[in-house]
Amino acid sequence: MTGYLTSTTFLVLLTKMVVIFGVVLTSLAYVTLLERKVMAWIQMRPGPNRVGPLGLLQPLADGLKFLFKEDIIPTSANKIIYIASPAISLIPALLVFAVIPFGPDLQITDLNVGLLFIFAVTSLGVYGIVLGGWASNSKYPLMGGLRASAQMISYELSLTLSVIGVLMIANTLSLQELTELQGGVWFGFVPRWNVFLQPVAFCIFVVSAIAETNRLPFDLAEAEQELVGGWHTEFSSMKFAMFFLAEYANMITASSVATILFLGGWNGPSFGPWWVEMALPTLWFLTKVLGFILFYMILRATLPRIRYDQLMAFGWKVLLLLALANVVVTSLLVAVGVL
Amino acid sequence: MTEIVFFLFGAIALGSAINILVQKHVLYSALSMIVMLGSIAGLFVLLHAEMLAVVQILVYAGAIMVLFVFVIMLLNVGREGESPDPLRWLKFVGIPAGLFLLSLLSSSVWHAESGPQTASTFIGSPEAIGSSLFTDYLLPFEATSVLILIAIVGALVLAKREL
Amino acid sequence: MIPITWYLILGAMLFVIGVFGFFLKRNIIALLLSIEIMLNAVNLTFVAFSSGSGVVDGQVFVFFIMVVAAAEVAVGLALVIALFRNRESLDVDSASLMKW
Repeated sequence: MTGYLTSTTFLVLLTKMVVIFGVVLTSLAYVTLLERKVMAWIQMRPGPNRVGPLGLLQPLADGLKFLFKEDIIPTSANKIIYIASPAISLIPALLVFAVIPFGPDLQITDLNVGLLFIFAVTSLGVYGIVLGGWASNSKYPLMGGLRASAQMISYELSLTLSVIGVLMIANTLSLQELTELQGGVWFGFVPRWNVFLQPVAFCIFVVSAIAETNRLPFDLAEAEQELVGGWHTEFSSMKFAMFFLAEYANMITASSVATILFLGGWNGPSFGPWWVEMALPTLWFLTKVLGFILFYMILRATLPRIRYDQLMAFGWKVLLLLALANVVVTSLLVAVGVL
Repeated sequence: MTEIVFFLFGAIALGSAINILVQKHVLYSALSMIVMLGSIAGLFVLLHAEMLAVVQILVYAGAIMVLFVFVIMLLNVGREGESPDPLRWLKFVGIPAGLFLLSLLSSSVWHAESGPQTASTFIGSPEAIGSSLFTDYLLPFEATSVLILIAIVGALVLAKREL
Repeated sequence: MIPITWYLILGAMLFVIGVFGFFLKRNIIALLLSIEIMLNAVNLTFVAFSSGSGVVDGQVFVFFIMVVAAAEVAVGLALVIALFRNRESLDVDSASLMKW
C-alpha cells in the first residue's frame, strides 16, 4: 500500500484534487460577489465596491463577518442534527466535482457511471435542507424545509429524464466520453453540441436545474417575503454561511453539468502557440460555466417568484410529461438512425 | 488495500444497522439507515457492481429514505418506549436465537466457492446490466413497471383523507 | 482478493440484525426500516454471488429487489399514515382491535 501512496499516479491524483478543490472553493466565494455585482448592475447601482479594488476583497470581508458573528443555537433545537445539517448540505454539492472534466485530462476520476453518480450525489442534497428545517424546531424552518425538499425531489425527476435523450445519443455514462463526442463541427462552423440535437431536453434541464437549486424564480421555500428565511432562518454565522455556500455550489454544479451535457464541455476552437492550446479547453469550459452562472443571476434579478402550487403543478404536469415525450421521440429517432 | 476498505465499510454497515435498533427516536434510525445504505453501496463498488452502487444511492438513499424522513417529520412521532413493553423478556431470549440463526446462515455459506475470480469490470457496467435487463429479463422489467404503477395508485388512495 | 464468504457472512449478520429489529421494535416505521435492512442484506448476498461467479444475473435481480422495495415502502408508509390518522399512535400494539 505504501507503494501506491508514493507512486506518481497517486501524487498526480492528489495534486488534481487539491487544485480542483481549491479552484472550486475560491470561485464559490467569488461567485457570491459576482451575484451581488450582477444584480446591482441590472438594478442600476454599483454593488459592493468599497472593500478592495472593485470590491474584490468582499468575499473575504463576508467570511470574516460570518466567523465573528455570534453562534446562536436555539435551546429546543435538536443539537446534533442542527450542527450537522449545513455540512450535509455542502458535501454533496462539492462531491460532484470529483467527476467533472475540466479539460481532456483534467478530471479527478472518470467513473464509467459518472453521470449517474452526479444525480445520485445531488439527490442526497435534499437531506441537508429537510434536516436543517426540522432540527430548528420552529414553524417557519419546518415549512420551508419540507417545501424546499418536496420541490427538489419533484424536479429531480424531470432533471434525470431530460438527460436520457443525451444518453441515448451518446451511448455512454462517462462524462469524459460525453464531452469528447461533442467535438468537431458540422458544416464547418456549427459545433457538434448536444443542445442542437436535443433542444427540448436542454430547456427542460435548465428549468429543472433552477428549481433543483432553489433559485429564483423557484425559491419560494427560502424567500424572505414569504417564509422569513425558509429552512435557514434559525441558523447563524458559519452554519448559515455553509448553507449559503451550498446553494452557490449547487448552482456551479448545475452549470457545469449543463455545460458538459449540452454545451460541449471543454470543446472549442483551438488556436495559438502550444501553451495557449493546452490551456484553451479549460478556458472554454470555464467560459461556458460562467455564461451559465450569469444566466442564473440575470434570471434572479429579472423574474418574479412563482407560487408554490404553481411550481409543483408545473413540475409534475408539464415538465415531467415533456421530458417523457422527449425520451420517446429521441428513442424513435435513435432507433431509426437519424440521431 | 481492498481488505481495509472492506472492513471499513463492513464495520460502518454493521454499526449503523445496530444503531437503527438501538435508537429510541425513529428519525435517528432513519438517518443511520442512510449511512448503512451508503456503506452497502461502497461494498457494491468493491464487488465490481458500480452501476448498482450508484443506483442504490440514487433510489434507496435518495428517494426511499427521503420518503421515510418526510413521513416521520409529518407524523411528528415522539420517542419510542413511552409505555412499558409487555414483551421485554423477548430481547434476552432473542439474542441467543439470533446468534443461532446467524450460525445457521454462516455455516451454509462457509464453503461457498467463488468461480474463476474474473476481475472483469465489465460485469457491473451499465452495458452489461442493460443488455441483460432488456433481453433476458424483459418480462420481469415490464412487470415491475406495472408494479410501480400499482404502488403509486395504491399509495395515493390509501393516504387520502376522504376517498 | 477478498473471498466471497466474507461478504456472505456480512450479509447474514445484517439479515439477522434486520430480523431482530423486526421482532423487537414497536414503532411501525422502525419495522419498515428493519425490513429494508433485510432486503439490503439480501442485495449484498446477490451481488456477492454475482461477482463470484462472473455472471450479471445477480445484479439484475438486485435491480428488481430495489424496485419492489420502493413500491413496498410507498404503500407501507401510506398505510402507516392512514393508520396514524385513526389512532394517533405509531405503536404496533395499539393496532390490536382484531385480536381475540
